[in-house]
Amino acid sequence: MKLSDIQKVLDAEVLCGEDHLYKDVLSCFACDLISEMLLYVTHNTIVITSLTNIHVVHTAQVMDAVAVVFVGGKKPDQVVIMNSEMSNIPLFTTKHLIFECCGRLYANGLTGDKKTTDSADVSG
Amino acid sequence: MSQDNLRFITPHIKLEFKIDEKDFFIAGESASRVKKTLQQVGLPQDIIKKVAIIIYEAAMNVSIHGNHGMLRIYIDPEAILIETEDKGAGIPDIELAMQEGYSTASYEVREMGFGAGMGLPNIKQCSDELHIDSKVDVGTTLLAKVYLNKKHSLGNRG
Repeated sequence: MKLSDIQKVLDAEVLCGEDHLYKDVLSCFACDLISEMLLYVTHNTIVITSLTNIHVVHTAQVMDAVAVVFVGGKKPDQVVIMNSEMSNIPLFTTKHLIFECCGRLYANGLTGDKKTTDSADVSG
Repeated sequence: MSQDNLRFITPHIKLEFKIDEKDFFIAGESASRVKKTLQQVGLPQDIIKKVAIIIYEAAMNVSIHGNHGMLRIYIDPEAILIETEDKGAGIPDIELAMQEGYSTASYEVREMGFGAGMGLPNIKQCSDELHIDSKVDVGTTLLAKVYLNKKHSLGNRG
């Protein structure tokens, strides 16, 4: 999927990075834990989260995420948006919550990163 | 692996960051800056990401628990060594702290998306060698090494 497709599917508003909507997204990772994002977000992944602090953008930078979507209509402050814009990481906000976002994206063919799924420890 | 063995590196590049108490920005900034340096050096993406994760988590630990401290990165042709040194409360039980899910982080830290007890396990997962030395009420030193040569590399991530 292209970022422009994701924007439509999620009824999302672009907060920054309008010039990057042509980019391809190969997988999605949704969570509110930075440590999990660090471990599981990979190249060409879009991050869905309700966290709006600077760590989300730093993590997206470090892990080469394609973009970040904030759920529940949340918007980060201007410093976070400017930082993300300078890093060429588009930010979106949508009124939908995490489950709805994931469901819509999955129904449109976007899945989790296979390496992430395979490496997750589910042994308890 | 002893701490002395981990300090083997005669660095070709050394990067250093001061970490103040509750400076929650330096972790991401330092990880991002080191990532750019390693990209300029031309290292593989998987190595860069392992190092960036270690730096991010270790620096956050210092700013959360360490009162204040230093982050140092030594880069040579064989490996990258990441060192954090703090003057914080120390870790009473390192084995317990290494368990995924164990955390003593505050509500403020958890609200930021950290403090889920994954920091040290993440560092361990990304390191080929890891040594933590801690004394209660004195401080903690963490040394993590990532080999550049795949035949030495044991890290799980990448």
